[in-house]
Amino acid sequence: MKIIATATLAFALLIAAPPVLAEGDEVVIESAWSRASIGTSRPGVAYMALINTGDAPVVVSGLRTDLAAMPMIHASTTDAQGVTRMSHMEEVEIAPGETVALEPGGLHVMLMDLQRPMVEGESFTLSLILAGGEEIAAEVPILGIASRGPAD
Amino acid sequence: MTGLQKGLWAAVAVAALGAGGLALFDARPPDTTASAEANAQPNERASVVAEFELTGHDGVVRTAEDLRGQWSLVFFGFTNCPDICPTTLAEIAQVMDDLGSQADAVQPLFISVDSERDRPAALAEYVPQFHPSILGLSGTPEQIEAAAASFKIFYERVPEETAPDGYTMGHTSQVFLFDPEGRFVRLYSYGTPAPEITADLRTRIETDG
Repeated sequence: MKIIATATLAFALLIAAPPVLAEGDEVVIESAWSRASIGTSRPGVAYMALINTGDAPVVVSGLRTDLAAMPMIHASTTDAQGVTRMSHMEEVEIAPGETVALEPGGLHVMLMDLQRPMVEGESFTLSLILAGGEEIAAEVPILGIASRGPAD
Repeated sequence: MTGLQKGLWAAVAVAALGAGGLALFDARPPDTTASAEANAQPNERASVVAEFELTGHDGVVRTAEDLRGQWSLVFFGFTNCPDICPTTLAEIAQVMDDLGSQADAVQPLFISVDSERDRPAALAEYVPQFHPSILGLSGTPEQIEAAAASFKIFYERVPEETAPDGYTMGHTSQVFLFDPEGRFVRLYSYGTPAPEITADLRTRIETDG
């Protein structure tokens, strides 16, 4: 009976991935970086790799930082004609064992309503809010405005 | 002209250009903006002929005549763009640094498609932060529309309630190269690594003398 229940649960997980909760410490944030801003009137950006080291899908449903009143995950997409558009992502799912890269030209953290200028050499704390309510914080270094990434 | 006919003309234009993929205007539904270009015959689309009158971030009016004398790297964007535009500006800045003494032969131009927010003063505090050699250009909605039609680029204002001021811009993200005679040479697609652009420019500058 227990085996059947387990199998049923496993099947349910397979067909209904998003509501699954994962332990917060199963998500690791690596290679976070951002670019300096000019003042606070334009949105800032941050990039990082989100790694799900657990064995269940994880859903990122929000962001929190004292640097920006409206931090959001956006996606830039470029079509076959070379036209790029941006769209707001309500949530981002990370499959078990997978890495979701937030990088230039793709998914990125858009930092709207900056509360202070982003100054090169400083850093800020950004928390991912998971669908289960847990938060995972990362310290994001602020690189130069023309930076192309930490390897620069 | 029907949608199918337009699609066929686009296919002819693309075929004529090889893999350049210049049929940018065909992503646009008919009769939105800059409709003159949408009605152009394929032989008129086959190459980009830059025609514009825009104001530089230094307040000086520039026209296509100003493309002459140097290789020009022309690209489009808006200063409220957090991802694509700073990334392209940063790549071009890297190209200009890497070109060293040959950088004198190249002029990068960043044309804002956001005439509502990007006036010369806004571009002046933004564009040179990436590299002092990059010139920001802005204009009235009519001037931007005319420039976009001549470059055959696409741009649109997209209402987005979560974005600053309630809108964002979609736009062509390729970089256009013009030779010192002001003739269109090629496109670099978004994300072309700076070293690749630098190497291509070096070859052309050296061949050109």
